[in-house]
Amino acid sequence: MFRIDEHTVLPLARGCSILGAGGGGDTEIGVLASRQAIEGFGPVEVRPLEELPPQGLIMPGGSIGAPIVGLEKIERGDECVAIREWVEQLRGEPVIAVMASEIGGSNGLVPIAWAARMGLPVVDADGMGRAFPEVQQITMEIAGISASPAVMADERGNVIVFHAADGPWMERLERAATIEFGGTAMASDYLLTVEQAMTATVPGTVSLAIEIGRTIGEAEDDPVGAVSRSIDAARLIDGKIVDVDRRIESGFNRGSCTIEGLGAHAGSELRIDIQNENLIAVLDDRIVATVPDIITVCDAETGEAIHTERLRYGQRVSVIAFPCASIWRTPEGLAIAGPRVFGYEIEYTPVERLHA
Amino acid sequence: MPERAELRLGVDVGGTHTDAAILDRSDRLVASAKVSTSADVTGGVADAIAAVTARGVDTARVTHAMLGTTHATNAVLERRNLRRVAVMRLGGPATHAVRPLFGWPGDLTDAVSAGEIIVDGGVEFDAREIRPLDTDAIARFLASVADTADAVAITSVFAPVSAEHEAVARDLVATELGDVHVSLSNELGSIGLLERENATTLNAALSGLAGDAAGAFRDALVASGIEAVMSFAQNDGTLMRLERAMRFPVLTIGSGPANSLRGASYLTGITDALVVDVGGTSADVGALVNGFPRESSAAVEIGGIRTNFRMPDLVTIALGGGSVLSRDGSEVRVGPASVGFRLSSEGLIFGGHTPTLTDAAVAIGRARLGDAERLPAGDSDLFREAMLRSDDMLEGAINRMKTSREDRPVVVVGGGSIVVPDRIRGASQVYRPEHADVANAIGAAIAEVSGSVDRVVNLGAGGREAALREAREDAHERAVLAGAAADRVRIVELEEIPLAYLSRPAVRIRAKAAGPLDLDAGPTGIEHPRVEAADHARTAGDATAG
Repeated sequence: MFRIDEHTVLPLARGCSILGAGGGGDTEIGVLASRQAIEGFGPVEVRPLEELPPQGLIMPGGSIGAPIVGLEKIERGDECVAIREWVEQLRGEPVIAVMASEIGGSNGLVPIAWAARMGLPVVDADGMGRAFPEVQQITMEIAGISASPAVMADERGNVIVFHAADGPWMERLERAATIEFGGTAMASDYLLTVEQAMTATVPGTVSLAIEIGRTIGEAEDDPVGAVSRSIDAARLIDGKIVDVDRRIESGFNRGSCTIEGLGAHAGSELRIDIQNENLIAVLDDRIVATVPDIITVCDAETGEAIHTERLRYGQRVSVIAFPCASIWRTPEGLAIAGPRVFGYEIEYTPVERLHA
Repeated sequence: MPERAELRLGVDVGGTHTDAAILDRSDRLVASAKVSTSADVTGGVADAIAAVTARGVDTARVTHAMLGTTHATNAVLERRNLRRVAVMRLGGPATHAVRPLFGWPGDLTDAVSAGEIIVDGGVEFDAREIRPLDTDAIARFLASVADTADAVAITSVFAPVSAEHEAVARDLVATELGDVHVSLSNELGSIGLLERENATTLNAALSGLAGDAAGAFRDALVASGIEAVMSFAQNDGTLMRLERAMRFPVLTIGSGPANSLRGASYLTGITDALVVDVGGTSADVGALVNGFPRESSAAVEIGGIRTNFRMPDLVTIALGGGSVLSRDGSEVRVGPASVGFRLSSEGLIFGGHTPTLTDAAVAIGRARLGDAERLPAGDSDLFREAMLRSDDMLEGAINRMKTSREDRPVVVVGGGSIVVPDRIRGASQVYRPEHADVANAIGAAIAEVSGSVDRVVNLGAGGREAALREAREDAHERAVLAGAAADRVRIVELEEIPLAYLSRPAVRIRAKAAGPLDLDAGPTGIEHPRVEAADHARTAGDATAG
């Protein structure tokens, strides 16, 4: 067990951004909301699954909706209280811990504020080990855990309970309800026990994110190099963004980003295909990393991850790629979040083999 | 009565020097001057105006005066001359997870805050009300701060979509508190509640100072016998008229680099280039696109708080005319230490004892300055290696600002420009314009006037084309309202950002229009220096940063 206090929030946020593969939304508001909750309710306990009772109920959660809306209409903060009440009523048992559905990006911070406010521990695990755009792209889906019942709440006290036919339906129904709520809402789905979480989640991701964030903050020079070494990431290119092509298709961000190598990488060019997250990296016409492995564009100087919506012409960046959680590399995992799911007719090859 | 718009005066306050330049109607430089920046800023401005007008200028012919000043920046950094602000956010029951001013440095909060509140109100991205505005809560809050607040900052959720609640709240302030300054977020910023709220609060805090800066500028002009329309430079390189600067002092923060880039464009006639501004301690490399500074996408921090202002994209390196040379083992180092403005006494060629980059430039024959005889012959290796190192650093910075593989023109300005070589890898040509030492003041004098919009549009009837056309027209109209010549206004920026993760199509549109100052518009600045309280007129309901 360890605690997250106001000083741990920033390293955690930096790490969540690196794990976000360019997606998951900006963490800035999450940092402030977590700090305000910790200031008001005290530090948060982070517990590994082994320290929790096997039959205890975990409430995974996060926000769903348009990140740009979240920049304006920040949450009220106590949506989680209503969600917990309904979860406990539906399951007939108490929630003993909360967990991030998605450690990547802003959703990695949501359970910190929840845990502080409700006096519950946070599980050192999550349902993705990275960020993905859709509700059902979660390790619990691979493990056969039901998305239902799910509970969604807004700041006005509106609560919706979903009983969806399957994971993809849960995605459709939650997304549609979010619009009525004004573009964002808080939700919990894929409720599970500690015992189930042992095999159905990605363990250790909260402490991993904090370690990554500390490495960035403490590096004397070349923070990207320091992070690459600590998580065994391949450094695909150091260079400058020379093209960003961005469009929206069926409600999702699509596009590409081209980076021209500088210094030791001069003469090389890396293209990243984007659908909310960075999906495929092509170095001089050769694929060097693909989803579900994690491809992250970092600011060359600060080492911080740059969100796909903030990529701009002329930025100086370093691109890293590192292995996803092994559960994603199973046939079942690839069926939910492999390259073909995103429309690429290619076989998945692990990054450590592509970029040897 | 002089003929209109014969001469324009630009003044730019920098960290070390305050520059002044006078241009005629054909944009020819008539006179320029450089003086030391004073601790109170105001004294230096007065000195610069006195110095430039002393050079045979008929001051009666100066009809327009433009000031790029650090008054507001210094006030925020030094936490002084700030008004006490009552901060109202209209957005409940949402947004309570992060309260107003949370995360501000404690001393700045102490200096600025007269109390904060979140009341029910604001709208969704599609303009539906989150909740009806809680006017009773506003009235109670205003009564509680009536004795402490000198100004009020009002920020409504999605004000760039609908500013109606902000307008209602402003009227309530007038009823409850009478004649106090009110800053509204829809007039100041773009999407991003906290950054916009921060900017709005800072603006309210600076509202008292705006009158002081304007008054000091006016006094300095009057003392030199100038009666002119006064304008202030903004962080994006464009001007706002005095009336607007009085209401939006926060927009004057960070105008220096933009003025330098615009000045470099003017001096060379080049609209697309990289600009290297070398001072005594550091060098800034920026990029000109269509004659305007390329803007940074990173959030800008002022005095420790995040705002949503767009500043020029710059690479800054610790390399200037005063950079100190040293040896670290076998390696020669340039900077980061610098003798700064003491170069003229500490540099070897000026009889001092510190080897500087300027000494190296003289030693290798790149510049003629001071007394080369004073350079010790035994140090020729040091000077040669230092120059190679310096050229490397500059090339690196220039390369990082380039946006394509093609070689680009490079314009060199600033007092330390002699250290820059005539040939740079990556540069198609190196330009060293005359009067480059007062490029900032020239940049202020020739600055254009802009208007901008930043809004979220739900693409229903009419669709995308109509929304874009409307944004362009509104930006154009705002530029003209701000004082631009209507027939010469053009769109300089148009950006369309679709909102992801929504099943209904909505798009964020940013448009900026700019044009030269309408030189034939009548002067208004001198007659109405204090317009703030009376001026609550505002245009349509979306964000303006122009």
